[in-house]
Amino acid sequence: MLHRFANPGQFLRLSGKVLPWLFWTGGLLTAVGVAWGLFFAPDDWQQGDTVRIMYVHVPFAWLASAGYFSLAVCSVLSLVWRHPLADLAAAEIAPVGAGFTAVCLATGSLWGKPTWGAWWVWDARLTSVFVLFLLYLGHIALVRAFDDPTRGYRAGAILALVGVINLPIIKFSVDWWNTLHQPASIGLTGAPSIASSMLWPLLFSAIGFSLLFAAITIARTRAAVMERRIRSLLMAKASSAGEQEALS
Amino acid sequence: MTRKNRRLLVLLICGIGLGSAAALTLSAFSDNLVFFVSPSDLAKSGPSGRQVRLGGLVEQGTVEKSSGGQAGARFKVTDGNASVPVVYKGILPDLFREGQGVVVLGVVQPDGVFRASEVLAKHDENYMPKEVAEALKKSGRWNPASGSPPPASTWNEPAKPEADRPRG
Repeated sequence: MLHRFANPGQFLRLSGKVLPWLFWTGGLLTAVGVAWGLFFAPDDWQQGDTVRIMYVHVPFAWLASAGYFSLAVCSVLSLVWRHPLADLAAAEIAPVGAGFTAVCLATGSLWGKPTWGAWWVWDARLTSVFVLFLLYLGHIALVRAFDDPTRGYRAGAILALVGVINLPIIKFSVDWWNTLHQPASIGLTGAPSIASSMLWPLLFSAIGFSLLFAAITIARTRAAVMERRIRSLLMAKASSAGEQEALS
Repeated sequence: MTRKNRRLLVLLICGIGLGSAAALTLSAFSDNLVFFVSPSDLAKSGPSGRQVRLGGLVEQGTVEKSSGGQAGARFKVTDGNASVPVVYKGILPDLFREGQGVVVLGVVQPDGVFRASEVLAKHDENYMPKEVAEALKKSGRWNPASGSPPPASTWNEPAKPEADRPRG
């Protein structure tokens, strides 16, 4: 079953059809959500306009974690089932995830100064997200550190899986320990503690950015598959040319 | 057992080992992972001369802004059980007010007064428009000086009858 989707040809065909839809819906939802949040959503009663950073910060924070989760899933597929496509996808997810985490940290810092009175504090939530950023950077470096790409993918997958332990720490840091960062406003259980006039634009921008994240990683993975094909074609050509030279 | 299953098993065992190691480490270091201590914790430990972070709510009716040219304030930080008097010289964050969560960094003086060198405002997980906050205050369902607002799911309910209103 898995091997049908792991077939690179099948992946290129299927993702080619899905990709434009992902880009356009994601772009549209993001534009609507961000414009709604920045210009039409109400001010917060105590934070005023500063609360509008939320419409970018919160989706990027979610995607920083969700992106790492998808990196971990690819790593399991790579270590246990040895999927070549999972290797390529993992190597392409990490830079996108690192970028999203960087934006999450930057917007959080911009939000922290006017609200808390500090750009940065070393509380459990902020520190664990910073560790997530370092894990992404470590993965990016490790995957590219070997002459034999397969060894790089394997090492990267192990690093990614060791780092998974950080995901529950990020999620529950605000509940387990005293932190300056407030606990979650939106959970799977219980009503959100955020007014619906602010929740709707947040939902739009969150779904929009998620689709864009997916679109970017799929586009990058497609490029990686094609790159690999070109390389093997060139190598086949070079070796056949070499054979002919040897014959003549 | 196929090689795939063996790899899966090895991965699971490593995961369980690593997970329990991390859980044990985190629970052992739990005291050092907190960003601040509560006034009750501080009352128990007494003045130590070490710099600590103290977190809690600014007690209602205790804020005295410094007079004269200097920015600063005296106030009490409480967690409901204990409260600690704090003095601070400097600019307070915009969100500082009575009933707000704050985290102050400083040292407990021998006389029990907490001399703060930094005041951070903590904000809670509630986000609401000004109109909702006004309506809640007007209907008497919430007093910002006494803590967090009621749950968001009740914001659209009609105001409670007079008798049910919390006093204060």
